[in-house]
Formats: sequence, C-alpha cells, structure tokens
Amino acid sequence: MSVETAAHAVLRGVTRVYPGASPVYALGPLDLDLARGEFFSVVGPSGCGKSTLLDVLAGLSAPTAGSIVFEGKPVVGQVPDGVGVVFQEDSSFPWLTVRDNVAFGLRRIGMDGAEIARRVEYAVGFMGLADFAGSYPAQLSGGMRQRVCIARTLVLQPRLILLDEPFGALDQQTRLLMGDELLRLWRETGATVLLITHALDEAAMLSDRVGVMSSRPGRFIDMVDTGWNRDRDSRIVADPAFGAITARLWSSLRTESMKAIGRG
Amino acid sequence: MNRAGTGWFDGTVIVLLMLAVWQALYAYAGAVALTPPWTTAVYAVDLMGSPNFWGHLRATLSAFAWSVLIAGVLGIAMGLWLGAFRFAGDVAEPMLAALYTIPKVTLYPVILLLFGLGPSAKIAFGVIHGMVPVVLFTLGAVKNIRPVLLRSARVMRLSPMQTARFVLVPAVLPEITSGLRIGFSLCLLGVLIGEMFASQRGIGFLIINGINSHNVKLTTAVTLIVVVFAVAANSALLVVDRRLHRVG
Amino acid sequence: MSRQGKIVWARWSVSLGLAGLLEAACRLGFVPKLQVIPPSEMIAAMVELLQTEEVLDNVVQTFSTVGLAFGSAVVCGFVLGAIFHGLPRVRRAIDPLLASYYSVPIFVFYPLLVALFGLNSMPLIAIGFLAAVPAMLIATLLGLDRVPPVLRRVARMHRLGWGRTAALVILPAALPNLFQGVKLSLAYAFIGVIAGEFILSPGGLGYSIAFAYESFENRTMYGLMLFVLLSAVLVNALLSSWESRLLRRRGRG
Repeated sequence: MSVETAAHAVLRGVTRVYPGASPVYALGPLDLDLARGEFFSVVGPSGCGKSTLLDVLAGLSAPTAGSIVFEGKPVVGQVPDGVGVVFQEDSSFPWLTVRDNVAFGLRRIGMDGAEIARRVEYAVGFMGLADFAGSYPAQLSGGMRQRVCIARTLVLQPRLILLDEPFGALDQQTRLLMGDELLRLWRETGATVLLITHALDEAAMLSDRVGVMSSRPGRFIDMVDTGWNRDRDSRIVADPAFGAITARLWSSLRTESMKAIGRG
Repeated sequence: MNRAGTGWFDGTVIVLLMLAVWQALYAYAGAVALTPPWTTAVYAVDLMGSPNFWGHLRATLSAFAWSVLIAGVLGIAMGLWLGAFRFAGDVAEPMLAALYTIPKVTLYPVILLLFGLGPSAKIAFGVIHGMVPVVLFTLGAVKNIRPVLLRSARVMRLSPMQTARFVLVPAVLPEITSGLRIGFSLCLLGVLIGEMFASQRGIGFLIINGINSHNVKLTTAVTLIVVVFAVAANSALLVVDRRLHRVG
Repeated sequence: MSRQGKIVWARWSVSLGLAGLLEAACRLGFVPKLQVIPPSEMIAAMVELLQTEEVLDNVVQTFSTVGLAFGSAVVCGFVLGAIFHGLPRVRRAIDPLLASYYSVPIFVFYPLLVALFGLNSMPLIAIGFLAAVPAMLIATLLGLDRVPPVLRRVARMHRLGWGRTAALVILPAALPNLFQGVKLSLAYAFIGVIAGEFILSPGGLGYSIAFAYESFENRTMYGLMLFVLLSAVLVNALLSSWESRLLRRRGRG
C-alpha cells in the first residue's frame, strides 16, 4: 500500500472571475500542489492573476470555481490558522512602534506578556531591527518597514508564508540582501513559502520550484525545478545553472509578457 | 541657536510686533477706537474678577460646551456612517461641502423661531457651525483607510470588534481630531455670533452691547479675553493634532 | 445608469424630497405658519422681492461689498503667500498665527474698524477681507510648496529667467491649489459680509433679513434668505465645475 505524502496545500481547478457588465477572467482554471516546507515562486506577466492566486490561497477571497485545501481542510473565503501574508504595500500600522507592531498579533490572541516579549525581541533581532524597536514606521526606510511586516508575520509562527512582491519597492542590491534574509527565515521556521515576484532572477535564486503563469486568465504554463541546496544564498548567481534557469523562465514568459503589454 | 530656539525667539518677536502695532493703532485712532495693551490687560484681569462678568462667561461657556459635545458626537456618528456606506458618502460629500460655504447666519432667524430665545438656540447655532467639518473630516478619514491595513487584520484573523478597536479607530483618529479641532473653533464662532445677534447674556452680548454703548474699554478687554482663549485652545488642540499626524 | 448618474440622481432626489417634505409639513399644519413658511411660498416671495427696487439695491450693495472684499483678498493673499514662501523663517514664525486665525471671531474687531475707517462701507469690506485673506494665503503657500522641484530644474535647463519661470512653470503648476484658495476666499468673504450685515446693521441683504425677522415679516425674511442661500450655492457650484474642468485636463479631476 503506497502512502502518498500529503501536500501542504492543494489547489484544484481554481478559477476566479470578477463579475460585471464584462466579466474579468482573472485566474485559472489552475492546479497546484505545494509540498510541505517547499519554497515555491510564482512569476508571470503583469495582470496575469498572481495576486489573485495569493488572495484565494490565503482565504482572503473565495474562488469562483475549484477547491483549495490547506493541511487537509478546505479553505473558503476565511483565512485559516497557520497562514501568514506579507503584502506588496507597506502594511505596518503607522500609529505603533516597531515593537508594538510586531507584538500586535500576539496580543490579540491573548498570549502571556512575558512570552510575547520574548518572541518579539527574537523576531525583531532576527530581522535586524533591534536598534529601531522603539521607532515608528514613518521614521524608517521602505525596506525596513517591510522587515517590520515580515517580523509581525513571523512572530505568529505561520506554517505557510505567502509573500506578494514584498521587495518590489526596493533597489536591486537591497532586494538581493532581503532575499538572503527570506531564505534564512525559511530555513529557521521550516515553513512552506510561496513568493510572488516579477523578478525572474529572484525567483530563480530563491526557490525550490518556480511556476510560470500565462497572461490573463492565469494558468501555469511551466514548472521549473531548480534543484538547489537548502542552505543557498544570493551568491548562487555565480552558479551556471542559475543562468540556465533564468533563461528558461524568460523563454516561457516572453511571449506571455508581450501579450500582456499588447493588451495593456 | 537651534531650530526650536529660533522658533521661540521668532514667536516672541511676532507677539511684540503685534503689541507694537496695537499701541500704534491706539496712538493713531485714539481712545474712541480701542484701549492700549497694558490698560486693556489690567481691565481684563479686573473683569475676570467680577461676578457679573462670570455670569456672562458661564452662559457662553455652557452653550459652547454643549454645542461642541453635540456637534462632535453627531458629527462623528454621521461621518462614520457616510464613510462606511460608499454610495451615501459620495452623494452627501459635495452637499456637505456646499453647506460649509453658505452663510449660516442667515438661518439664525429660523432657529430662533424654532427654538425660542434661549440657550438652546445658541447651542443650535454652535452646532450648525461646528458639525459640518466634523462630518467631512470623519467621512474622509474612513474613506481613506488604507485597504492593506484591513487585509492585514483579516490575515491575523481578528474579530470585527478587534478590527474596529485596534485597527480602524487608530487609523481614523488623526483626521477626526483635525475635524474636531476645526469644529471646536467654529462652534465658538457660532455661539458668539448668536449672542451678538440675539441674546441678553453671554460674551457675545457683552461685545455688541459695548459697541452700541461705545464702551470701548469693555469691548477691547472682552475681545482680548476671547482672542486669548480661542488662540490658546486652538494651539493646544493643534499640538495634539500634529502629534497624532506625525505618528499615525 | 452609470454610478455617477445614480449619484447625481440621488442628490436631486434627496434635495427635492426634503423640500417636498417641508412643503407638506407646512401645508398640513405640522409646522406653524408663524415659524416656517412652505418652500413654494419662499420661492414666490423671493421672486416678488427681487423685482422691488429696495431689494435690488440691497443686492447690489451686498454683492459689491463682497466683490471688493474678495478681489482685494485674493490679490493680497496671493502676494503675501508668494512673499512668505520665499522667506521660510518668517513663514515658520507666523505659522501658528495662521493655524489659529480662524478660531478668532473677527467681528469683535468691528468697532476698531469703524473707528479707523468711519461709519461707511469700509469696515464691512474690511471684515470680508479679513475673513478671506488667510484662505488665499494658505492656499498660495500650499500651492507653491507642491510645485515639484523637478519642474524648476527643467525651467533652469531651458534657461528661463525668474519672471518666465514664475509665469510659465510655477503658476500653472500651482494653479489647482490657487483655484481652491479663490473658491474658499469667495465663500469666506460672502459669509463674513453677510454675517457682518446681520449683526452690525449697516445695510445690505444681511441687514434686511435681520430687520424682517425683527419686524415679524416672515415672508420677506424667508424670501431674502432663500435668495442669499441660493446665490451662495450657485456661485460655489459654478466655481467648482470650472475647477473640475481644469483638473480633468490635468488628469486629476
């Protein structure tokens, strides 16, 4: 009797249509199996439905058709326990200090004060924000604010972390360093990570697997296994396989991107 | 001198300049127009000690306090509702903005006819002046809540009560405070104008009475008291306003 | 119907609905005739009054007072705003004054103004002016602040002198804010003058309304009131539509 390793999250035939006078077919039908502890990236042309995929997977919006199963239980329009999301825009609460921002989620679930303090100090230190724990987001740079958002998510110890172009507003060099941070986080927590990015090199260097989405309505047109070692970092750009992977991603993506621009 | 230091220095210079202009105006226009700064200050302090004056002051302050309370509570409630229900908000906003620009004093006779010649009319004057900015600012605050903050609340699986208390309220607080600050000043304006037009008690009455009986000393002194109070109160609220905006 | 269409329809429905309700309430006796007259009678009264010489004189007097106050306030406010913008330290010093300006009821200064200018129309114009100037000043400061620095660099690249930079680059860039200042100035001048006429009785529409109230001439009072309110709304609406056409061309309307 073969025992199938249960996937962490399973999407089957997921479709998302925005109703209206002229309905928008944003996503699907789309299938995806996320293995537990996997680092999976999604790349695709603008407007292909990458963010919609994240919304649906996180339970922030319900699919028009298809099913999403997370840890064996169906996800319908409500965020399940154990899921963390880092959004594209800065979602730090401007009226709280860094420390209070990070502690926010823990306070709401009524955790004991000493435990909160412990976890917050750890997360703040882990994300390199220890010197700024008492500052307000308005006093920090964009990259640091994103680190606050990541710390706030991390402190809740999610088992599935979804990131929607979290480094989009940052310059290339900061992005590479933040990528390293993300890998560190992934290794430490053992969580499953799904990263949405428009940067092919980022996807190629960070992930175990990359899914290439078609233009709208988004479906996976290619799945690339990178075969990287678990303890990789940004210096992997020197590896010849990196160039090959990026090239393959672009060749799959190029036509789709041109379609997207022609439309937009 | 650092920035804060020059700030205090410049502020003092400005105040001294204004006092100098005041003194110069007195020299030019004479005692029929106004009394000079020092005399006015002395008389004002005198006034603050007279029970008759306090009677008038109490009347004004009571009407003022009530109008601020009513304008604030009703204004915030209405603003929250209009901000939450997008369609209603979009319909109402330009209409409210239009209300802001009409001379509300033209409605005073109607209010007097409806409320009679008592403190409730004065309170109504204050409310119609002060409520509109509170509604508009609250409406704007709710409309402009960044959606990503609400999505974060959903991801953290907050209950609606928790979302309201820990995310919505802090997010709208700065703008609502600005609206309340402006509403505060306008309520005072409304109550004073009401007293100047149709009242036998209150600070506004003292002023118009002083004008009509050419009691220059009284009008100048009461004016000084009103200006000092208005500026002091507004500045205090401004500090709170700015602090909230810097942080929130 | 488009959403914008629905919104406009809703606005008209609400306004006409409220007016209709008031009309019914008055006609059916829910509201005593001594307090409020039906809207239809208000309109009739207004039309009648506008044909009398006395009221037309009042209209001319009030509107010209407002016009003078408004015009001088816009010019003065703009010039002062431009000057203060170039003197940051002075600007910082008067900033708290400006922030508290509108918390002071300016009517209290009327006796001083009468003593300075005499018992003519000047004190009232001065009150309208004092009410309107800060709005224009603040709007000018804000507008000049918001000119993107990159535009000034473009002007220097084209080797434009100071005057041409101001006229061809800075003013057009600041125009939306300046226009807002003009709108607010007019509104405040109007409010200031009408309120002044009300309380201080120098003549004009405001005075006539107060006089009608004190003489128990409700019909006259409501007719004049309606005219004043409609004028205010109409003028503001005209300026607003002009403003939105201006902004739409710039992709911000």
